Amino acid sequence: MILDLLAYGAFFLTMALTYAIMCLGLNVQWGQTGLFNVGIAGFVAIGAYASALLTTPETAGRIGGFGLPIAAGWFGGALVAGVVAYLIGALTIRLRADYLAIATFGVAVAVQLCVLNLEALTGGAFGIGFIPRPFAELAGNPLAFGLSNAGLLIAVVALLYMALEHLVRSPWGRVLRAIREDEAAAQALGKNPTRFRLQAFTIGGAIMGLAGAAQAHFIGFIAPDNYMPILTFQVWAMLIVGGSGNNRGAILGAVLVWGIWASSAAAVSTFFAPEQQARAASLQIVMIGVGLCLILLLRPRGILGEVRNVSRHIRKIMKSDDAELASRFLSKD
Amino acid sequence: MQSVADEKHDTASINRSPVIDARRLVKRFGGITAVAGISLVLQQGEMIGLIGPNGAGKTTLFNLIAGSLKPSSGEIWISGREVSQERPELRIARGVGRTFQIPRPFAEMTVLENVLTGAQEQDGERLFANFFNPGRVAGQERAAIDKARSLLSFVTLSGLENEPARVLSGGQRKLLELARILMADPAAILLDEPAAGVNPALLETIMERVLELHAQGKSILLIEHNMDMISRLCSRVMAMASGRHLAEGTPDEVATNPAVIEAYLGGAA
Ligand SMILES: Nc1ncnc2c1ncn2[C@@H]1O[C@H](COP(=O)(O)OP(=O)(O)OP(=O)(O)O)[C@@H](O)[C@H]1O
Ligand SMILES: [Mg+2]
Repeated sequence: MILDLLAYGAFFLTMALTYAIMCLGLNVQWGQTGLFNVGIAGFVAIGAYASALLTTPETAGRIGGFGLPIAAGWFGGALVAGVVAYLIGALTIRLRADYLAIATFGVAVAVQLCVLNLEALTGGAFGIGFIPRPFAELAGNPLAFGLSNAGLLIAVVALLYMALEHLVRSPWGRVLRAIREDEAAAQALGKNPTRFRLQAFTIGGAIMGLAGAAQAHFIGFIAPDNYMPILTFQVWAMLIVGGSGNNRGAILGAVLVWGIWASSAAAVSTFFAPEQQARAASLQIVMIGVGLCLILLLRPRGILGEVRNVSRHIRKIMKSDDAELASRFLSKD
Repeated sequence: MQSVADEKHDTASINRSPVIDARRLVKRFGGITAVAGISLVLQQGEMIGLIGPNGAGKTTLFNLIAGSLKPSSGEIWISGREVSQERPELRIARGVGRTFQIPRPFAEMTVLENVLTGAQEQDGERLFANFFNPGRVAGQERAAIDKARSLLSFVTLSGLENEPARVLSGGQRKLLELARILMADPAAILLDEPAAGVNPALLETIMERVLELHAQGKSILLIEHNMDMISRLCSRVMAMASGRHLAEGTPDEVATNPAVIEAYLGGAA
């Protein structure tokens, strides 16, 4: 019983962390830069399909299937999603902010349609199966398999978190913040807003692609239904609940909202007769909506709001100043 | 800082073209012509005052020179180069820095970080350098912090370096903007009403600092309504009204010019 619970916990955490990656990507775009992406599902799908095509074995009647290692698939997924984000950004970021929103929505719809109709490449509505899973050799032992995957995802999220925090506290992150606070003032200081926004949008898109790839390999099977607008809504809810502008908040929000989602799914299947379950599933969206409203009323900036990030270089110097002060103070008596 | 200013002075004697040379600038907003054919030359090391009643077009002229607005016609030359159509973020590299009539600090960033944002050519502002060349980034950042701190002490804000900029008073914000732009070592500085709404004690500080910058060899263009300040600081003044050139000369000449008095009294704007 306990082992079952542990295995389920590992499964839950792994899923939640794939959403945490998406949420970290959105945080770079929206939380740090103020870029409104309503096509998250599209970038996630691009990453998932790119990685699936790169890593699945050759299949009769389907193009792709290069049988590459999983790591190559994840990298490729992030790369392709990043390139698409760069192209969309290059076309629309210098225009008014709402154009980017419309363009990203367009991407999501276009990706959805492509995935559905390019059957030779994507398997159409049936999707792609037999995507190699990390630690597949442990599949006989659900607990070991679950824990290994959870461990892998924890490592990926931790690495990503550290890299993103490194950037937030760098001069690059400072310019991003300056542009967000006052574009005209930043321009007067020689900062090119388009360049920095485009970089942030590209990084965010690549991270979403990585999340899509990781999720596809964990589930082992992808289909167009996984990448509906509801996914975009979920990731936004996660970021708002956790705290936009805060990388830890993005991770926390993903785990919490995924928890609400998963437990409401369990509740639906317990309390409703099978023939009503499909309709009752929309209650899950209501649950998320209610949670979102509560957070916005109680903690408008999310559970962990944005912190005032100071460049790590300054913090180092402040620390040594403090030490100096302290030693002067101590030597007095 | 002194040595940097000296260097600028030396190149000034070699390069004879004016720092700023605005030629017949026109700026229209729909039906309004805010700037109607203004020419203005700022020589190396010169400090010029720009006066005129509200709505005269002074700030619009600044925005044209600083690149945040594109002229409807006319040309802007900076140190012998035509820059009329360049993007605003390139101006600072050409040597022109500006402050805003209503100060625009980065409110949620600390005072020190505000000033650091003015640093130019920082490797740390390039994405990959932060990962692949962290030693160099850290070194440059340390140097920038030292410079930013000495500028903060120059503008008497040292004690506030770790406060968010939003806590500063109006006058302190003007000083912060000055420090932020000095971080980039511009040859020319455009100051838009540095004295407006500033308490008398701070006003004295601001005036002293502007004089000191002038003594260091900076070229300065100063918009100001305070005639006292203008006559203390500038040897040459240009007056404009309704987008047009009105008078030019020493502060006394301009202040007693009938057309200027008429513009201020008659509200010609
Ligand atoms: N972005 C804009 N769009 C439309 N009209 C503008 C714009 N900027 C300025 N104006 C108009 O141009 C004219 C000149 O304005 P400007 O701000 O340059 O005057 P000013 O001399 O700086 O005045 P003040 O002393 O009050 O600061 C005014 O009539 C103003 O309403
Ligand atoms: Mg003005």
